Amino acid sequence: MSPDRNSARPLPAFSRMLRLTRPSREDAIAFVILAGLGVLFFRAAEGAVAPLSTLQLEPVRLDAIYLPYYALRTVLRMFAALFASTVFTLVFATLAARSRHAGQLIVPALDILQSVPILGFLTFTVTFFMGLFPGSVLGVEAASIFVIFTSQAWNMAFSFYQSLRSIPSDLEEATMIYKLSPIRRFLALDLPFGTPALVWNAMMSMSGGWFFVVASEAITVGNTTVTLPGIGSYLAVAIDRQNFYAVAQAVGAMALVIIAYDQLFFRPIVAWADRFRFEMVASTERPGSWVFDVLRRTRLLPVVLAPLGAIGRLLLAFEPRTTRRRIVGENRVPPAVEWVWQGLIAVLMVWALFLVGRYVVRFLAWGDVLTATMLGGLTMIRVLVLIAIASVIWVPIGVWIGLRPVWAERLQPVAQFLAAFPANVLFPFAVIMIVRWNLQPDIWLSPLMILGTQWYILFNVIAGASAIPTDLREAADMFHVRGLQWWRQVAIPGIFPYYVTGALTASGGSWNASIVAEVASWGNHKLVAHGLGSYIAEATTAGDYARVALGIGVMCVFVLGFNRLLWRPLYAYGERRMRLS
Amino acid sequence: MATIAAEAKPLLVEVKGLKHFYTGEEHLVLDDVNLELTQGEIVGLLGRSGSGKSTLLRSIAGLIRPSQGIARLVPGPGVTDPSVAMVFQTFALFPWLTVLENVELGLEAQKVPKAEARARAIAAIDLIGLDGFENAYPKELSGGMRQRVGLARALVVNPSLLLMDEPFSALDVLTAETLRTDLLDLWSEGRVPIKSILIVTHNIEEAVLMCDRILVFSSNPGRVVAEIRVDLPQPRDRLDPAFRALVDDIYARMTARTEMNAPMRDGVFPGTGIAMVLPRVSTNSLAGLIEEVDGTPFEGKASMSELADSLQLEADELFPMAETLQLLRFAELRGAELVLTPSARRYAQGDTDQRKALFAAALNQHVPLVQHIRRVLDERASHEAPARRFRDELEDYMSEDYADETLRTVTLWGRYAEVFAYDEDDDRFSLEDQH
Repeated sequence: MSPDRNSARPLPAFSRMLRLTRPSREDAIAFVILAGLGVLFFRAAEGAVAPLSTLQLEPVRLDAIYLPYYALRTVLRMFAALFASTVFTLVFATLAARSRHAGQLIVPALDILQSVPILGFLTFTVTFFMGLFPGSVLGVEAASIFVIFTSQAWNMAFSFYQSLRSIPSDLEEATMIYKLSPIRRFLALDLPFGTPALVWNAMMSMSGGWFFVVASEAITVGNTTVTLPGIGSYLAVAIDRQNFYAVAQAVGAMALVIIAYDQLFFRPIVAWADRFRFEMVASTERPGSWVFDVLRRTRLLPVVLAPLGAIGRLLLAFEPRTTRRRIVGENRVPPAVEWVWQGLIAVLMVWALFLVGRYVVRFLAWGDVLTATMLGGLTMIRVLVLIAIASVIWVPIGVWIGLRPVWAERLQPVAQFLAAFPANVLFPFAVIMIVRWNLQPDIWLSPLMILGTQWYILFNVIAGASAIPTDLREAADMFHVRGLQWWRQVAIPGIFPYYVTGALTASGGSWNASIVAEVASWGNHKLVAHGLGSYIAEATTAGDYARVALGIGVMCVFVLGFNRLLWRPLYAYGERRMRLS
Repeated sequence: MATIAAEAKPLLVEVKGLKHFYTGEEHLVLDDVNLELTQGEIVGLLGRSGSGKSTLLRSIAGLIRPSQGIARLVPGPGVTDPSVAMVFQTFALFPWLTVLENVELGLEAQKVPKAEARARAIAAIDLIGLDGFENAYPKELSGGMRQRVGLARALVVNPSLLLMDEPFSALDVLTAETLRTDLLDLWSEGRVPIKSILIVTHNIEEAVLMCDRILVFSSNPGRVVAEIRVDLPQPRDRLDPAFRALVDDIYARMTARTEMNAPMRDGVFPGTGIAMVLPRVSTNSLAGLIEEVDGTPFEGKASMSELADSLQLEADELFPMAETLQLLRFAELRGAELVLTPSARRYAQGDTDQRKALFAAALNQHVPLVQHIRRVLDERASHEAPARRFRDELEDYMSEDYADETLRTVTLWGRYAEVFAYDEDDDRFSLEDQH
């Protein structure tokens, strides 16, 4: 093939990223841009490695001039977390999918970790990371990044794992027949196959991350309060000083940042990742991105992708020299190895049980467990009632929008933006109102839990309603099916699996949010609602690690129970009865 | 099992005493299969789904380790290090790689130098008639072109043995025909380096068109029941009387094999009594088949190959239907002919209610599982029974999938004949509600 035919190709394919491009004028442009980005990166990173005392010397200032810098610090934190999550995902999800033994441990662990209240982690991680980097801001930075990481890593890993498990067997067989080494196979099959789902999931996780950025930049554990420079702490300070104007500034900055990384980072990636969608029919609608188009037109794309190629080449350097014939299929492990492995797991379990048991006996009484469980019940009632109310409100609206493609197209991104928006920002306003009208916090603080998560119900219902086949709707019209019958037989069955997905996400998010929602303050007004969330929050403030751990454990059990006993059966039912194919 | 070893031709594949079980189950997929493949021949593995022919292919490819016995490639003159390549039914192309990159895949894995790999890949693409499409992505190609890519990818690694797993069954008739002819041309002109081709198919005519030797498999478990040498000169003509005779002969052998496995009174399906595995055949297709055979030109008696032609069915679709008719005593398979019984001819003439009555009578008399379900329902005061119970019973005799399929088939038939009713929500059988 001649080289000019090569260049006629619009996009370099995956394996092409493994090659270097010759330096050119584009490279110079890219170099300048990348250098600029690098300077920004180091500006932010400089702050991150400063000694801890600088935080006291330069407290967060409520001045719009500082906002861009704060925004930069926050964004850097979020991307650091995203990077860590991606690495974690690629390593552990691949391991879990490739090795039955690793999967046996990793998969259930991910499942449980997904339901652990993330903010509960903060207490332990701050202590841990501050100990790791004594006297440096880096420790607190790391703790904050870790919180965001925990909000992203588990479901990203889970999604990638599921992608890998759904690789068609004929493709796997092709990699074996043609003797691809594990690394080559990962690069040629696993990674591209899992990429679209992973990118989508990373995008959603990034949205979810804002909630935790806001919560994790101003950390109070026991009598240590650390405020990291960032949008989140700017907000926290503004709320503390009851400065409405500053709150509005922070919210505006946040919106700008969200739009910026969406347009500059995620859209191009989504557009790029579209080529890895496993489909044999070219779809008519492909995701577009102006940034991607610009990169493509200026032929900067290979430059941007070059680091990925370098990593791929680096990995291939570890490839074994000789290709040996592998017989795969059912890997038969000798029974002795199997016994040892199962024995090891049993020993590990007994040891863990012993540790936990001893800890519980030493620091906690049965009464504590009872209290936490009862408070868990209270929070559960809140979650259930709120999901019900949110459903009653958003399902009809979502269906209405979903059936009108024009509106659906316009409002879907809005709903996703709202889901990304950290609802904790709005908590102070609720406090003002509750104090003003002297309302009962046990009831009126509750809606805060679902403020940020209700949008998952909305945009899933929109997606479901727009997926109802047109012929079904036309048939319903033809037979004059309307009113209650229409809802019962057309709309609800049509959106059901989507609704369950949305409600599941919303419910999980609400449990998580309860830790910040059941205790809310504005200036020196502090309201507390009874529940497991406030139990954990207050134990954290008091530095009572045993009770924090207990609270997390109980909440974890509640969330898992919820998923297993309510959402999964509902989902299975919807899949079985309400899918046409 | 006797195998006809070709005289003087060097051996390429040797399969001895091969047995394979599905992991974790007692279900036997392949039972004592022996096979020898020599250089220079095209061999077809013919059988229905569930006959384990794909399992055999994958054992030879080294993708599966058989439970017992050996399957190996034998080095011989001109083949010091025998290797395999495979063409898949679903093509198995990587959608994110271009045609060229897909073809280069195996070469890259073998660490063939870049320039050489490129040259060989382009040569293979040219050979297979895809030049000009090097930079296309698979999704831009038609099914036939995709399979050509699959073929080029297999040929480029210079395999001694080419394995083909129902390579043309996902293509339309015309495309499949062109591809078959092109492959045969390449083969007979010696333009491809492969020594032998092993092709899995359930299309009898395809096997007769392409192969020098055909191994006919029985199903559940898979055994070689016949070995047929095809000596017709290439290119072969479907309308040639010798060709037709051979096709009919194979139909007859695929029918006959059942008599040697199971006594006639228990029907044609593996297992006896309620342990009989029933294929998923809809009552509509049964009715359609009866009507077709009853009407002109067949008048109650049709050869299977003609039926397959006139109904546009593959052998592995037609056989379960014909055998179900035989089980219900609506028809008899005599050699390669399907002959309707008097009750089937009455069925063909009857109205809906008469048809249902005839079908119900046949079910009650000849399908042990239906009798069993009826008996349980009759005995119970509530006239209801959970389907789970029967499924569990069936799983004592067969794999979970087969149990599920068998019960679903019986449910379908029972509902049509109104022998019993089934409620999907509760997963329960009951006697037909009175209405």
